[in-house]
Amino acid sequence: MAINLRELALKEERLVSGHRLCAGCGASIIVRMVLNAIDEPVVVANATGCLEVATTIFPFTSWNVPWIHSAFENSAATISGVEAAYRALKKKGEINREIRFLSFSGDGGTYDIGLQALSGAIERGHRAVYICYNNEAYMNTGIQRSGATPRGAFTTTSPAGKVIPGKPQKRKNLTEMMVANGAKYVAQASPSHWRDLMEKVKKAVNTDGPAFLNIYSTCPRGWRTPDNSAISISRLAVETGAWFLYEVEDGKYKINYKPAKGFKPIEEYIKAQGRFAHLLKPENAHILEALKKDIEEEWNRLLRLEEVTNR
Amino acid sequence: MKTQVRKIAIEGNEAAALAFKQVNPDVVAAYPITPSTEVVQKFSEYVANGEVDTEFVPVESEHSAMSACIGASAAGARVMTSTASQGLALMWEMLYIAASLRLPIIMTVANRALSAPINIHGDHSDAMGARDSGWIQIFSENVQEVYDNIFQAVKIAENENVRLPVMVGYDGFITSHSVETIELLDDDVVRNFVGKYRPKYTLLDVDNPISVGPLALTDSYFEFKVAQAYAIENSLPIIKQVGKEYGDLTGRYYDVIEKYKMDGAEYVIVAMSSTVGTAREVVDALREKGLPVGLLKIRVFRPFPTEDIVNALKDVKVVGILDRSMVPGSFGGPLYHEITSAMYHFDKRPIAQAYVYGLGGRDITTNHIEKVFEELMEIGKKGKPNPLTYIGVRE
Repeated sequence: MAINLRELALKEERLVSGHRLCAGCGASIIVRMVLNAIDEPVVVANATGCLEVATTIFPFTSWNVPWIHSAFENSAATISGVEAAYRALKKKGEINREIRFLSFSGDGGTYDIGLQALSGAIERGHRAVYICYNNEAYMNTGIQRSGATPRGAFTTTSPAGKVIPGKPQKRKNLTEMMVANGAKYVAQASPSHWRDLMEKVKKAVNTDGPAFLNIYSTCPRGWRTPDNSAISISRLAVETGAWFLYEVEDGKYKINYKPAKGFKPIEEYIKAQGRFAHLLKPENAHILEALKKDIEEEWNRLLRLEEVTNR
Repeated sequence: MKTQVRKIAIEGNEAAALAFKQVNPDVVAAYPITPSTEVVQKFSEYVANGEVDTEFVPVESEHSAMSACIGASAAGARVMTSTASQGLALMWEMLYIAASLRLPIIMTVANRALSAPINIHGDHSDAMGARDSGWIQIFSENVQEVYDNIFQAVKIAENENVRLPVMVGYDGFITSHSVETIELLDDDVVRNFVGKYRPKYTLLDVDNPISVGPLALTDSYFEFKVAQAYAIENSLPIIKQVGKEYGDLTGRYYDVIEKYKMDGAEYVIVAMSSTVGTAREVVDALREKGLPVGLLKIRVFRPFPTEDIVNALKDVKVVGILDRSMVPGSFGGPLYHEITSAMYHFDKRPIAQAYVYGLGGRDITTNHIEKVFEELMEIGKKGKPNPLTYIGVRE
């Protein structure tokens, strides 16, 4: 299980350079971390989105592993078909390799349009790891709000207007939905905490059943952040409590990042990103307060869940 | 080689499920919908009782059914599914993708009306909505044809020069829920006929990774689509060849169209699926009376057998084209449009009369068909067709 940096550096890349993702995009960093954490051969299903369009512009592909994209809302259903085929052909003795199955979707393809397919795949118990690279809005179509967009954030469909300053609603708690859905291993991770992320990937692929990973993924275009800040913003998200690192194994909660002196002020995170700029205006102070309350409530709930599930 | 014939009385849906069982596919991913539900239901029994080796994926929607079929087929599995009506409509996005990715998925469709108003009965609106999706579309007249068409579909779809999905249609309730006596094939005969599926490229060949379904922009998309168009055009002789091979095996020969009493026929009805059976009765009766009537059945709608149809109709005076679906805002149904377009460039062609009938399962009786023939004869005298006519509707 232990991850050795020296050995990691020697591994062959499974998502190679030359793709057209933006500088500072979290997605390619995450995919490389995920694929390099896995020792077995993998097959990847990819929902329509930035990752898909930027990595496979015909006749090129950045994927050194078998990869399939069919549509936006169905990567979980697609990989469940691949996994079913694997079981069928293995049973007949036509395949004897151990292969792992992954699905990559953005938060659009996971939280929203792909939720039904994801829920069905997890309920049916296909052994696959369903990964959400979560950049908290629909970035491929040009920064529209999603169920993952935090309260108050600017997007092009939740603009910072005079009457409605940013997204009025709090985000959906998809990770908790996946726990309730019965995924055997569920975790939130961030590329700033790469060792934690890669260990979670290892646990997920070694889970005999469906696993879900919700991975925080920066978007310099959508968040109005510098393109050299992918990792520093990711770290700030974790340190200010904007993104919690935790895992749920067979229903047992474990919080992986619990600052002894408490979280840093959320203002540090807000100030670093143009998408929240309007929240610093005095007239929008109530939204910032509501966002803080969202975080506090979620954190307290998580602490209680950790306590009761480990009694 | 004629094998020993085993006969059984069976419903259309059960016959489809039985054919699935005999093919013993690697993966079936399906979602129930009236009037196709029994296919999934019966097949689940085969799975539960260990009578097939199939991995059954009981998905949460038809969209996911076709998505899982696509994943499984790209992984190298032989894949089958079934649906109808709204289910096919929900799959619409994925139908195009299955065809464009050149995946030989087999799907039965118990053809049913589309909402609204919601109606569970038979018409061809669902399949006609998918006619441009790139699937091969075969329509079955009766339960025997449902059973026979499924085996042929597997062989057509997986042909190296085709590699396209095939939809086998049959009329909802009229055929799906009718018990008919059919001739069965033995399991080993079926397996020998369909052979083993050996795809060229699969996702599970992890040593030779492929990217399936990439982004193709202005410089390559068009070429992909044209290659796909050629593939379905080229499937026509293969469909005929498979129909002949199947005939040699069973005595039941299949072509892309069927000409019934067309010799010397001046007034002809064109129809698909179960209505053909009703029309046969009328043609027999009118022929007894000495009237020069005939019947043309369209078995394969995609690829459209243009030449076969044009040749079959070239000496006919008046043709009545019966569509069991409508194209609102147009002057005829899909079958009418395709046949009249096909005949446009030929000097020898009949007058064509458009009919729409049987929407939402409205009965079409021998009386209705007799009236159609009477009208065709009047049109023959008059020398020009009437506007689009709805059969059996209160206006």
